[in-house]
Amino acid sequence: MTVQNIVVDGLRKRFGSKQALDGMSFTVDAGRVTGFIGPNGAGKSTTMRVVLGLDRPDGGTALVGGHPYRTLPRPLTELGSLLDASALQPSRTARNHLLWLAHSQGLGVRRVDEVIELTGLGSAARRRAGGFSLGMRQRLGIAAALLGDPRTLMLDEPFNGMDPEGIIWMRGFLRELAQQGRAVLVSSHLMSELQDTADHVVVAGRGRVLADTTVAQLRATISDGRVSVRTDDPNAAAALIAAGAAVVATEPGTLSVTGLPAPAIVAALNARQVVFSEVTAHRATLEEAYLELTRDAVEYRAGEVAR
Amino acid sequence: MSYLRAEWTKFRTVRGWVLAMIVASAAIVGLGIMPGMQGTCGDDCGLPTGPGGEEVTDAFTFLHQSLTGDGTITAQLTSLTGILPADPDPSAEESRGTGPSAANGTASGRPGLVPWAKAGILLKDGTRPGSAYAAVMLTGAHGVRLQYDYTHDLAGPKATQPQWLRLTRTGDAVKAEVSADGSTWDTVGTAELTGLPATVEIGLFATSPQYSAATSGAFGISGAFGGPTQATGVFENVSVTGTATGSWHGEKVGGADDVASGTSQENARFTVTGSGDIAPAVAGASGLGVTITQTLVGSFAGLIVVVVVGTMFITAEYRRGLVRTTMAANPRRGRVLAAKAVVIGAVTFVTSLPGVAAVVLIGQKVLRANGVYVHAVSAAIETQVIVGTAAVLAVSAVLAMALGMIVRHSAAAVTTAIVSIVLPYLLAMTVLPAGAGQWLLRLTPAAAFAVQQSTPEYAQVDNIYTPINGYFPLPPWAGFAVLCGWAAIALAAATLLVRRRDV
Repeated sequence: MTVQNIVVDGLRKRFGSKQALDGMSFTVDAGRVTGFIGPNGAGKSTTMRVVLGLDRPDGGTALVGGHPYRTLPRPLTELGSLLDASALQPSRTARNHLLWLAHSQGLGVRRVDEVIELTGLGSAARRRAGGFSLGMRQRLGIAAALLGDPRTLMLDEPFNGMDPEGIIWMRGFLRELAQQGRAVLVSSHLMSELQDTADHVVVAGRGRVLADTTVAQLRATISDGRVSVRTDDPNAAAALIAAGAAVVATEPGTLSVTGLPAPAIVAALNARQVVFSEVTAHRATLEEAYLELTRDAVEYRAGEVAR
Repeated sequence: MSYLRAEWTKFRTVRGWVLAMIVASAAIVGLGIMPGMQGTCGDDCGLPTGPGGEEVTDAFTFLHQSLTGDGTITAQLTSLTGILPADPDPSAEESRGTGPSAANGTASGRPGLVPWAKAGILLKDGTRPGSAYAAVMLTGAHGVRLQYDYTHDLAGPKATQPQWLRLTRTGDAVKAEVSADGSTWDTVGTAELTGLPATVEIGLFATSPQYSAATSGAFGISGAFGGPTQATGVFENVSVTGTATGSWHGEKVGGADDVASGTSQENARFTVTGSGDIAPAVAGASGLGVTITQTLVGSFAGLIVVVVVGTMFITAEYRRGLVRTTMAANPRRGRVLAAKAVVIGAVTFVTSLPGVAAVVLIGQKVLRANGVYVHAVSAAIETQVIVGTAAVLAVSAVLAMALGMIVRHSAAAVTTAIVSIVLPYLLAMTVLPAGAGQWLLRLTPAAAFAVQQSTPEYAQVDNIYTPINGYFPLPPWAGFAVLCGWAAIALAAATLLVRRRDV
C-alpha cells in the first residue's frame, strides 16, 4: 500500500470573479515523481499555496501526511516546497538564506552545508542571492526545500530559467529523490519538461483535474492506430478500402489510414502491387495527449490574443 | 524560540539593516555633539543648590536681622511697584539660553510688574544662596503666596491690594498668615523646614524675575525676548517678637553685581528694591541654559532611520514574495509577527542605547566647554532620559514594523510610519503653534519623547515650557505609554489581518 503524502480533496477557491479552484482533487504518493501539469491559470500554483496553508480555500481540504500543513510543528521536515525561486532578499547570501530557514526548524548550520553540497551551489552559496541567475535561484530553492529532509517535495515550475545542463541535472535529481522513497510533486505548463521525469501525471485545467493517470496510460488513451501511407499510386486508396480500412487523403501523396495495423496495410498494398514509399504507424506523443486534454481548458488562445 | 532565532538570523544577515542601525545611533551622537550652541558661561558658571538638591535661583534684596529661637515678624506691605524692560524689539533680543543673564543689567523702561514679582517677609537659614527659607509675599499677578524651600508654593488670598503679612516660627514650623487690616488674620499655610538652626535671618525682601515672552511669527513661536525687571516693596508697621539681635541690615543675596538693588529707611517706612527670583532654576527662554535634553536633538534623525528599517523588515519580504517562505516555514503567523517585533525592538534598543548614553554624557561636556550652562540632573533622571530614548526608538521601530505588516507595500508603509511617528514630533518642535503642538505630543506616538524631559515644570516660574526647550505636555512614562498603546493597537490589527489574509 502506498503512503499518501499529499491529499487534496475538493478544493474550491474564488478570486473575485475568477474561479481559480473548482473541485481540485488528487493525491501524491511516495516513491514517484508526480507531474502536475496544465496551462497557465489551471490552478496549479493556487493548489500548492492552499496545501502550504498560505491561501485559505473556500471549500475542500488539503492534508500533508494526514494533517493540515499549518498544524505541523516543524513543517519543513515534512514537506519541502519551492513556489517562487525569486522570493529572496537580494542582499542576503544564499547560505544565510538557508541558515535562517534552518534556524526556523531548529536545524543547524551543518544541514545547510549539506544541502549546498547536494544541489551543487558550492562557492556561490557565499554570494548575494540578488546576483543569481534564475537557474541558480532554482537550485537554491531546491536546497531550501531539502533542508528539513522531508518525505514530500512540492516544486512549482522548477525548470523555469534553467539551462539545458540544469534541466538534465534537475530531471535526474528529481528521479533520485523519488527513488529514495520520497513523494515529489512537480508542476509545469509544458508536458515536454515532465515526460521523461514523471511516473504519474495529474493534468489540471480550469481549477479541476482533467486526468490523473500514469504516463503510459495517458499515452495509450490518445494513440488511435492511425497509419500514414506515402504513395502517388491512384489505386492505393481502393486497395486499402477493399482490405477493410478507412482512408482519408490528408495532403497530396499522403493517406491517413485507420482500421488496419501497419503490417496488414503493407501486405494489402503489396498484394495489389501498389507502389508506396513509406508506411508509418502514428504514435501520439504525451504533448499531443496533453494538448488534446487541455484544449478546452486553455485560458488564452493565440487566436484570441491576435484578435 | 525557533521563530525568534529565524527572525534574528534574517535581520543580522542583511548588512544594510545592520549598518542602518549603526548609522541611526551615530546620527544621534553626531548631531548631539556637533558644535552648534555657543554660550558665555565660563568656569564661574553655576547655580546654588536648594535643600532638596535641585538647582535654584536665589537672588533678591533682603533687609534683615537675626532671630534666635521661636518668634514672629509682622509687616504691612503698603505698595508693590516695579519696572519692566522697554518695549521689546524681538529682533534685538532672541532667546539664546546661554547662561545666567537673567539678573544682568539694569532695568530701565516702563513701570509695571511681572506676574511673579515678589515682595514680602522672609525667614531664612542665613544669607547663603540656596539655604532653606520660608516667605509670605504679595506677587505681581498671583496674589498672596507662601513659598518655601524653592519648590513649594501655596496660594493664599487672591489679593492684589497690599496686605499685612506675618511669619511665625515654632521649632521647624513656620506659619504664614495674611490680613487685610492687621487685626483679622488668615493662615496661608505652614512650612516645615527640617533642620532649621536656632538662629535664622528674618526680614523684608523684594525680587522680580526676568521678563520674557514668546514672539509669534507667521508659523507659531519664532523666538522669545526678555530682560531684567525690578520690584519695589514699601513696608510699614514692621515688628519682630522673640530674641532678635542686631539692627536692620540691607543686603543683596545672590545674583550678579550690577543688578538693581537697594534698601532705605525713612522713619518707620522701609523700602526694598530687588531683582532676581527665589525659585527653582529652569532651563529655557526665561531660565538659564539648557537641559540634557538639548544633547538629544539628533533623536529625530535616528528615529527616521529605525522607523524605515522597522518597516522594511517586513515589507521587503512582501515585495519579493519571501513572506510566503516565512509563513511556510513558520505557519503560526501571530508568532512570526511577535518574533519580528521582539527582534526589531531588541535590536533597536541595544544598538541605540550606547549612542544615546554617549551623546547625553559627552554632549553635556561639549555644551559646557562651549560655555553653555547645562542643568545638572540626578543619575536617575539621566537614566530615565537615556533608557527612555532608546526604548522610544525601539517601540517606534516595532510600531513601524506592525504598520508595515498592515500596509505591506514598502513606500506606502514607510510613508505611513513617518507621518504617524516622526512628523508629529518635527511639527511640534518647529512650525506648529504651541497649543497644537502640545496636543500632537499628547495624542500621537511622538508623545513618548516626554521621556526626554529632564527638569520639571514649575507653576511658580514663568517660562516658555515648550518641547524645544525640553518640556513636554505629558509626564515621561505617560507619554511612553501613549506610544506603547499605539504599538499595541497596530500589532493587534496586524495580527488579526495576517491571520485572516491569504499570504
